[in-house]
Amino acid sequence: MFGITGYGGYVPRLRLARRAVVEANAWYAPHLAGKAKGTRSMSNWDEDSITMAVAAARDCLGASEDRSHVRSVLLASTTLPYVERLNAGVVCEALTLREDVEAIDMGGSQRSALSALTQAMARVRTGGGDALVVASDHRKTRAASSQELDFGDGAAALLVGSGQVIAEYLGAGTLSVDFIDHFRTTGEDIDYAWEERWVRDEGIGKLVPRAIATALAEAGVEAEKIDHFIFPSTFQKMDLQLARRCGIRAEAVVDALAAQVGETGVPHALLLLAQVLERARPSQLILVAQFGSGAQAVLFRVTDAIGSFRPVKGVSSQLATGVEEHNYTKFLSFKEQLRLERGMRGEQDRKTALSTAYRHKAAILGLVAGRCEVTGSVHFPPSRLSHDQGRPLQDTQKPYKLAERRGRVLSWSAESLSFHRSPPHHYGQVDFDGGGRILMEFTDVAQGDIDTGTEVEMVFRIKDIDELRGFTRYFWKATPVRTPSSSPTESSAATA
Amino acid sequence: MATGIKDKVAILGMGCSKFGERWDASPEDLMVEAYSEAMADAGIEPEQLDAAWFSTHMDDVGVGRGGTPMGIALRLPNIGVTRVENFCAGGSEAIRAAVYAVAAGACDIALALGVEKLKDTGYGGLPVATVGTYIPQWYPNAVAPANFAQLASAYQRKHGVDAALLKRAIAHVSIKSHANGAKNPKAHFQQAVTEEQVLKAPMIAQPLGLYDCAGVSDGAAAVIVTTPEIARSLGKRDLVTFKALQVAVSNGWEMHSNEWDGSYVHTARIAARKAYAEAGITRPREQISMTEVHDCFSITELVTMEDLGLSEDGGAVRDVLDGHFDAEGRIPCQIDGGLKCFGHPIGASGIRMLYEMYLQLQGRAGARQLGDPKVGLTHNLGGQPSQNVCSVSIVGREGA
Repeated sequence: MFGITGYGGYVPRLRLARRAVVEANAWYAPHLAGKAKGTRSMSNWDEDSITMAVAAARDCLGASEDRSHVRSVLLASTTLPYVERLNAGVVCEALTLREDVEAIDMGGSQRSALSALTQAMARVRTGGGDALVVASDHRKTRAASSQELDFGDGAAALLVGSGQVIAEYLGAGTLSVDFIDHFRTTGEDIDYAWEERWVRDEGIGKLVPRAIATALAEAGVEAEKIDHFIFPSTFQKMDLQLARRCGIRAEAVVDALAAQVGETGVPHALLLLAQVLERARPSQLILVAQFGSGAQAVLFRVTDAIGSFRPVKGVSSQLATGVEEHNYTKFLSFKEQLRLERGMRGEQDRKTALSTAYRHKAAILGLVAGRCEVTGSVHFPPSRLSHDQGRPLQDTQKPYKLAERRGRVLSWSAESLSFHRSPPHHYGQVDFDGGGRILMEFTDVAQGDIDTGTEVEMVFRIKDIDELRGFTRYFWKATPVRTPSSSPTESSAATA
Repeated sequence: MATGIKDKVAILGMGCSKFGERWDASPEDLMVEAYSEAMADAGIEPEQLDAAWFSTHMDDVGVGRGGTPMGIALRLPNIGVTRVENFCAGGSEAIRAAVYAVAAGACDIALALGVEKLKDTGYGGLPVATVGTYIPQWYPNAVAPANFAQLASAYQRKHGVDAALLKRAIAHVSIKSHANGAKNPKAHFQQAVTEEQVLKAPMIAQPLGLYDCAGVSDGAAAVIVTTPEIARSLGKRDLVTFKALQVAVSNGWEMHSNEWDGSYVHTARIAARKAYAEAGITRPREQISMTEVHDCFSITELVTMEDLGLSEDGGAVRDVLDGHFDAEGRIPCQIDGGLKCFGHPIGASGIRMLYEMYLQLQGRAGARQLGDPKVGLTHNLGGQPSQNVCSVSIVGREGA
């Protein structure tokens, strides 16, 4: 048996109130008034498809020191920050995977998450070890567009293998058809879309049922037996229409989280799947479909082992820890659609020495410190010499991962002097449980969230953006450990 | 074992430019201003200088690198000029080099001069420093106020100090320096401030407001040093001599272990201990007459009082609020206004501090002259609390 052995998701903490968008644009686009309900997920300024992919993968993989079982990583997205530089390679470094892992970027259509999933199944079937499927999108839209309100940011991850399978792979159906409902040429940020009725009736309505029928036939499963049907779409009730057309019970249709998250693009089907798996019961059948340059459908049967896996946080928990954001200009600025005055400090050159970045990639991208085997002291960054009461020890440090460890704030400040995309700029010293200390930035914080002693965890984020050369630099930041009960429901004006 | 430099080298002359927003002056003009006063004070000709050390920090907005900017600006007689740079302690490093050269017998008379032209950067506050290719890849894009503000959060937690009380104490640090600076015609800021003004000022880096931050100034300062014997042969009396010059530099312990609690400056304690030993000072609270410390931010000065052993650990809040370091207090601090009000042209600051000690010890400090000071201490802190360069220098009357 092979199939899904783990799952995880990532929904950014901020949830933009749609009412704020509609009200700000009412003078120009009054026709959007009907979309003023609920929220959509909104990435922080320091998040992109890579950082969200890492977050989802960590939710799936857990805090285990040993991730050597992962033999391939398939990253699906249509919004990857690099056209040339393996985006999945950055994800692998952040996850401290082995260098002989096969990492692949996939994209090109909204169904690429399921394409990645079927590719992962094929790898596992031929004995290629565990495959990690990650999907992530950080979508850009035009201000005052329907998409701005309908879309969301997010990521999801599935671990595929033949070990402790929690959802058995039963089959898939795929159609590759050059049906162009929307397109985006290289170098462009925003999609160009065709008429909705044509897309709905001639595209989704005709192509997706064929893929579903193939998947059901391959698995020998009748449509009415499906317990959970996942089909993300920004068209209202498209999932219900499809279910009816395919003979799937209406109760099986999975809520697409439009009210809280919006449609996150490529990852959305897997994000919904990750949430369904949190509550799925043994022997239930899950059908997942995606549309884009054709259609794809994948069918799973939940196994008795479903209770043996829990993501670190899970989608539901993250939905409960969101903070509502009412500041539309902040959203526009974070999406680089509103150029705010930066002052002279915003002119700083953020060039990255690529040779230095390569030499220290384990420390920078993997947050790997050095632990002295003699004294036990943890050094970040790792170095050849360790402290020992003034008598340095040479070459005694061994790699020591800090990313999955929690820490506590030793000292901090929040300043409004430097250029920062979300002031005030919070940073301070973090002492890690088990040793190690880093002077680092805090993210996803509002004023008052950080104090000495605050418990923090690590998140992989954008460190700097070199706009002169178009290079994004990544590092880790600290954020307060949050539980559903400890989270505020509304963001202050100063959420970073 | 080293015998130290106590009383081996004397100050022959000193000069200091007016500090402030010197739109009227180039860095070269500022150097000439400080140098001319120092040479006139020393009463020597340029040919009598054997060597010079030049302190400047920011080569991108100032005069550039190397020794030539000073050699050319001052038309020095082709003597050796060495640029020294050690963050905010650069001025003290230039002094140390000149003093050591004289003490070693390599020079009879040496010059140390520091200059910085910060106002040509185009904005308030210090520019972002260049720190190589690795550190920016992981380190916060930090500014000095927030680096030093972290002392406050850690100090508060360690000593259980109420936030409002600490804010009042550091406000008093600034109020005191403004009161002192108001009596100094060369100071950048020459007006007194009230507690209300300080407490209500705009926040720069929590909990530091505008008045908790030192001035960003243009300026230059110079010192000419020689042996006591030569000084006397040149007709000098009431000599001011060096008692100790110590520098301690972080080795990473503060950030690469979990032992430092973030509430004090480790190197300052080491430099102070060594300086007291070199100067033969065993009871600093009684033996030090006055101090000029690196009050880049008000919290830095408060913590420094403990690092120098002038307050008990955890006792600086009380001492500051009691006026212990006011001009009329037991150990006056920043009699000239300090970095806060005299200003902080980085490369010049260490020499500017010595200038005030020199004037006070010679009874030439005018309206701000203290009663009868015998020993003065200057303290520079370059970098930030978690990784820095700290210098502690002690000067005094000959034989004190």
